[in-house]
Amino acid sequence: MKSLVCVKRVPDTETRIRIGGDGTTVETAGVKYVLNPYDEFAVEAALKHKEAAGQGDVTVLSVGGSESAETLRTALAMGADAAVLLKSDRPLEGLAVARVIADEAKGREFDLLLFGMKAVDDDLSAVGPMVAELLGIPAATAVTEFSVEGGKVTAQCEIEGGSEVIELKIPCALTLTKGAYEPRYASLKGIMAAKKKPLEEKAVQGAPDGVTVQKRTYPAERAAGRIVGEGPDAVPELLRLLRQEAKVL
Amino acid sequence: MAGIFAFAESRDGELRKVAHEVVTAARTVADAMGTEVHAVLLGGPGTGAHAAELGQHGADKVFVGESGAFAHYSAEGFTTVIAGFIKEHGCDVAIFPATSMGKDLAPRVAARLGVGYVSEVTSLEVEGGSVVATRPEYSGKVFARVSFGEKPAVLSVRPNVFTATENAKAGAVETLDVSVNEADFGAIVREIKAAAGEKLDVGEAPIIVSGGRGLKEPENFKMLEELADAFKGKAAVGASRAVVDAGWRPHSEQVGQTGKTVAPTLYFAIGISGAIQHLAGMRTSRFIVAINKDPEAPIFKIADYGIVGDLFQIVPRLTEEVRKMM
Ligand SMILES: Cc1cc2nc3c(=O)[nH]c(=O)nc-3n(C[C@H](O)[C@H](O)[C@H](O)COP(=O)(O)OP(=O)(O)OC[C@H]3O[C@@H](n4cnc5c(N)ncnc54)[C@H](O)[C@@H]3O)c2cc1C
Repeated sequence: MKSLVCVKRVPDTETRIRIGGDGTTVETAGVKYVLNPYDEFAVEAALKHKEAAGQGDVTVLSVGGSESAETLRTALAMGADAAVLLKSDRPLEGLAVARVIADEAKGREFDLLLFGMKAVDDDLSAVGPMVAELLGIPAATAVTEFSVEGGKVTAQCEIEGGSEVIELKIPCALTLTKGAYEPRYASLKGIMAAKKKPLEEKAVQGAPDGVTVQKRTYPAERAAGRIVGEGPDAVPELLRLLRQEAKVL
Repeated sequence: MAGIFAFAESRDGELRKVAHEVVTAARTVADAMGTEVHAVLLGGPGTGAHAAELGQHGADKVFVGESGAFAHYSAEGFTTVIAGFIKEHGCDVAIFPATSMGKDLAPRVAARLGVGYVSEVTSLEVEGGSVVATRPEYSGKVFARVSFGEKPAVLSVRPNVFTATENAKAGAVETLDVSVNEADFGAIVREIKAAAGEKLDVGEAPIIVSGGRGLKEPENFKMLEELADAFKGKAAVGASRAVVDAGWRPHSEQVGQTGKTVAPTLYFAIGISGAIQHLAGMRTSRFIVAINKDPEAPIFKIADYGIVGDLFQIVPRLTEEVRKMM
């Protein structure tokens, strides 16, 4: 079982996001970065399946600046075997990232190509299915759990109001969401071992993304909330406001 | 005149509510660009019965593709048909719903066409003849205004944001040739498991009644189910991660950074403190009501209306009053 797991360096959710002076970029100074939480599920899934099969390897891959090496080391510390950084001088998004990943994947042998369901920075949920399309392989998204048997993957996927079971031919791509794979913490031993594991860096060019952010803005401040009252006696007034002021009922 | 493409999502032969929203969004864009709306409806035999409905919501033409192979959604099959349709008919903008199906399909279509894509769009404008989309990023902490390069502009719109409107006109219906072979698909849907009782999903419900650790015990969620029921089919029960992790509620109900992103018209946060990761999933709700005994709970900072007090006293009263009203 060979897995390729794509991971991204993203701001920690607790971090305050500040828009740069140019009005389009997001400030990076003073931001705490983490391994994208959804990607942690993908790394964990790859490790679990490798352990279950008793063989194979897990390679983690990231597209980004040199700082992304840190994110790859986090995945190596969790237990991944090798890492590849596809290094770009400028930030790439969406289709551009998918193309870079697909080009790299074409030159590699893998059974599973794993992603987080989305990255918590651009919230795009697109790179996984895009890479699958560029490679011409089947994919399933929002996977909570999967099994591998006889050249096939059986994936449980979250859909509105329930779940669906999808059977995929290997090689295939899966995007993971929260489910059966609770990410492990890197042990001290893992962190030490990660320092010696191979981390290859390759410079990539990256074609245009196809979309351009013209401007970034903060959401309109929610008008200061109003405490309608205390206890159950405030209920009729709440409903009156929802009906007459908010007009939602 | 290339037109605006609208993907009309159906499941089990039934049109999804979001299909009306997608067609409505497409209608608005088409009117601003002076062009037509072409809706595509794919599914198993019989799905085409809903074509007229799409016309009423603004489609000038509805293209129906029925096939036994499409009784269940197939990313590969749908991508082939839709990308083929767009290549043949041309289109300026292709609009999908930001549902689990739409977010699986739209990026594949964009990649096949070799064009950019954005998801979860909350507002669309036409500027100098081109579409410009606004979408939340960083869990709603920032909004990005995005323009597109080569045509078509492919995007998905967030459910519940583009309120469906009806226009009197009924669109023309055409049949689409969908000669795909299921044996060619590398992925096949084997089974669909509906959540108990076919309840409304948090991702789609116009009203969400969400509960957190303040409910104390899993059994107490019965109270929230009763409140949701009082809204007569319009409300779903949601949950914070704390109660999902405790095993009180299924993950499918979790709202937040590692759960669902929701944008209902009305969101009740009951016994939920309002941690940043929870806000990440619900801050773009149209109206937020918080019920919490702690007046300092962060949830009150983003709630439109709040009641301070013990939820065990407030919720039953609320359910009673809502029942009277509905
Ligand atoms: C990587 C990561 C991802 C996460 N993802 C999510 C996510 O997707 N969704 C999510 O929700 N959280 C998420 N969290 C967890 C989040 O940080 C909070 O821990 C969680 O949201 C808290 O849930 P809660 O509000 O139900 O519980 P608590 O924070 O314990 O709040 C309970 C609230 O109930 C109130 N209360 C108690 N008793 C009563 C009563 N009788 N009447 C009225 N009010 C009462 C209390 O005043 C309190 O405000 C994530 C955390 C991390 C680190």
